Amino acid sequence: MNRTHTASRRDFLKGALTGAAALGACAGVQLAAAESGEALASSRVVVARDAQLRGSGSAVDSGRMLALLDRAMQAAFNRDRELEAWKQIVRPGEVVGLKVNALGGRGISTDRELVEAICERLQQAGIMAADIVVWDRSTDELERVGFQIAMGGNRVQCFGTDQVDYEQELSAWGSVGSRVSKILTQRTNVLINLPVLKDHDGAGVTLGLKNMYGAIHNPNKYHPNGCNPYIADLNMLPEIKTRLRLTICDATTAMYEGGPAYKPEHCWQMNGLLISQDPVALDTVGWQIIERKRAEHGLKTLEADGRAPAYLATAADKDHRLGNCDPKKITTVEI
Amino acid sequence: MLREMNTEGDSCAGVCGLPGGAINRRSFLKCAVASGGALGVGEFAHAATGMPAATTQQPDDARFVVEAKFYEKAANLKIKCKLCPRGCVVGDKERGYCGVRENSGGKYYTLVHSRVCAAHVDPVEKKPLFHYLPGSLAFSLATAGCNVNCKFCQNWDISQSRPEQLPAEYIPPQRVAELARHYDCPTIAYTYSEPVVFSEFLMDAADAGHAAGVRSIVVSNGYMQEEALRQAYGKMDAVKIDLKSFSESYYRDVVTGQLKQVLESLVTLRKMGKWLEIVYLVVPTLNDGDAEFTGLARWVKANLGVDVPLHFTQFHPQYLLKNLPITPVATLERAKAIADGEGLHYVYIGNVPGHPAQNTYCPQCKKLLVERVGFSESKMLIEKNACPICKHPIPGIWHV
Repeated sequence: MNRTHTASRRDFLKGALTGAAALGACAGVQLAAAESGEALASSRVVVARDAQLRGSGSAVDSGRMLALLDRAMQAAFNRDRELEAWKQIVRPGEVVGLKVNALGGRGISTDRELVEAICERLQQAGIMAADIVVWDRSTDELERVGFQIAMGGNRVQCFGTDQVDYEQELSAWGSVGSRVSKILTQRTNVLINLPVLKDHDGAGVTLGLKNMYGAIHNPNKYHPNGCNPYIADLNMLPEIKTRLRLTICDATTAMYEGGPAYKPEHCWQMNGLLISQDPVALDTVGWQIIERKRAEHGLKTLEADGRAPAYLATAADKDHRLGNCDPKKITTVEI
Repeated sequence: MLREMNTEGDSCAGVCGLPGGAINRRSFLKCAVASGGALGVGEFAHAATGMPAATTQQPDDARFVVEAKFYEKAANLKIKCKLCPRGCVVGDKERGYCGVRENSGGKYYTLVHSRVCAAHVDPVEKKPLFHYLPGSLAFSLATAGCNVNCKFCQNWDISQSRPEQLPAEYIPPQRVAELARHYDCPTIAYTYSEPVVFSEFLMDAADAGHAAGVRSIVVSNGYMQEEALRQAYGKMDAVKIDLKSFSESYYRDVVTGQLKQVLESLVTLRKMGKWLEIVYLVVPTLNDGDAEFTGLARWVKANLGVDVPLHFTQFHPQYLLKNLPITPVATLERAKAIADGEGLHYVYIGNVPGHPAQNTYCPQCKKLLVERVGFSESKMLIEKNACPICKHPIPGIWHV
C-alpha cells in the first residue's frame, strides 16, 4: 500500500505496515477555522443518486460508489475534479476522523464501501492512511458491521471510543454536560461526519447532527423532548463545532419509519448520498426525503405523528447558528 | 486512593477506593477495612496506579443483564418503562434516560444487576440517617446510572455514566449479604448513584440480606412510580430521600425531575410505615429562600408529621454548578430556625462538622440525647425509644 496517494479500496484497512504512526500526535496541529459564528447566507446540499449503485446484485459496487462520491463532491464544491473538492476540506498533515454510525448493525449502518471510497480520496488529497480514523462509540459495533479494527501501524485506523475512553473533564453547552470522546479531542483535528438517513422515534429523524450522540458518554441524557434542544446544544461543543468540515450522509439504504433500530420492512434502497458543509441544511433536506417516502407508504407526516424534528429550528436559531433550516436558504442540487 | 468520600447530603455520596493503592481482583473484599475505610474493586486498581481506564465491555457482561421489572411492552418492539415518572418509551436497541436499562427485541433489561461500581463501609450517619442504628456501619454500594441529572451531583462520574464505561465487580445478592456480615455491618445501604435505577438488584440484595439477618436502607431521590416504589422500597428498613427543593421550577431546571412525584413518594413511604428521613441540600440563590423553607416545613408537618427528621445540608460546588459558593452556615441556620418555628421536632444541619445541630435533642425537655462528632455518635442516651429524663418518645430505630 502506498500510504500517501494511491492506496486502493481493496487495501483499505488491510495489512499492518511497519513504521511509526503519527497517531495521537496531533495535539499540536493547528485546526483550520471551521467555526464561523454566523450561519451561512445560503447553504448547498447535494443529493446524489445512482440507480445502478448495486449493479445487478444487492451489495453496493465499490467502483460505482467511488464514482457516486466523486460526482457528489464535485457538485458540492463546484469543482471539475474530485480531488480539488477534497482539498477544500483537508490539508496534508491533518488527522481526519470519520464518524460513522454503526448502531443499526449490518442492516443500516454507514456503508463500508462509502468509507473506503472516502479513505481513498483523502489519501489522494494528501492525508496519510494512519492519519485517518474511522470511529464510533463501540469497537464491537464497528466490527459487527464489517469494519476491520486497526490500531497502530501505517494503515487507516478504526476503533471505538471504548478503546481510548472519554475525556475526564466535562464539556457543556446548554443544560447538559458530557465527557467527549478522546478520538475526537486527542486523536483527530478534522471531523467528517458519516451518518445514515433514518427515521428516529424521538427526534423524528437521525442524520448528521444527531450522529454526534455517538461522541459523548451520556447520550441517554439528550433524548427528552424529542432531543430538543439537546441535539443543537451538543453540536455547539467546541470539540465538535471546530472540527466539523463536512457531512456525507449515507443514503444507500435508508429508513423512513421505526428507527433508529434496523427495521427492514421500513427500509428502501435509495442508492444515494447527501453532502453538505451545512449540517442543519443537510438534515433538513434529509428530513424531507424521509417525509416523501413516508407519504408514498401512506404514513402520517412526522409532525402529525408528534415528532417533527424540532431540533432543526433550534440548531438554526440565533443562539446556535449551526446552519440553515429555512428551505428558502437551502439550494438542493439533485444529481 | 481513587476518590475521597464525598460529604453527606446528596444521594451521591462517595465511591470506592483503597487507602494505600491497588489491590487485585482476588484480594478484593478480603482485606479487613476499618470503619470508614474503603473497599477496592479489582479494576479500580488501574486508576490508582495510573493505568488507563478500561471501558471496554467485558465478555462476561451478560451476567449483569436481567430482565427488568416495571415495564410494559408496546407496539413496534417498543417498551414503556414504569419504574420512574419519566415513563420512557424506549425503542428497540435503545436505553432509557437512566442509561442502564435497554430494550432488546421488545424486552427491557437492566444492565446493572450485581454490577457494583462502588462499595464502601460507611457510618450510617453518613447517609445521613440519624435516627437509625446510630453508630452502626452500613455496607454501601452503587451501580452506574441515575434517572435525573442534578447539576450539583457529587458523584456524576458514576451516576451519569453508562455501566460499560465504569470498572465494576460482579457481586451477586448473596455475596452482598455475606460481605455485610463480614464487615460487621448490620445494614446494606444502596446509595451513591441512584438506587431507583438498580431496583431489581436492590430488591434481590435486600431479600438475601434479610435472610442473613442484615437490614437494608436506601438513599434515593424518590423519583419513582408508586407501584415500583411500593415493591422495591417496600423491602427497605429505612429510607432517606433527597428532597432537592420545594419548587417545581428547580426540579425542572436543576434536577430534571418533578417535585410533585417526589412528594407523593414521601407520602407513600410514610403510609407504608418506613422509617424516613429527608435531606434538603441548600444551594445558594437557587433554593434558599425563606418562603421555600417555610413551604417545605409546613408541607412536612402536614403530610408526614413533625417527627420526620429533616436535614438541611451544605452545598459544595460540583459538576455543573461550580459557579456557586459553599452554602453559608448562616443560611443553614436560618433554614433550621424556620423549620423549628413551624414545629418540626428534628431539624438537623449537615455537612458542617461540629455544629450543634448535628445532635439530637429531646423535643420536650431539650436534653441532649445523641451527640455526634463527624459521622459518628459519641454519646447515645436514648433508652427504650424514649428520652431517659422526661420519657418523651423519640421516634426511630435506635437499637439492633
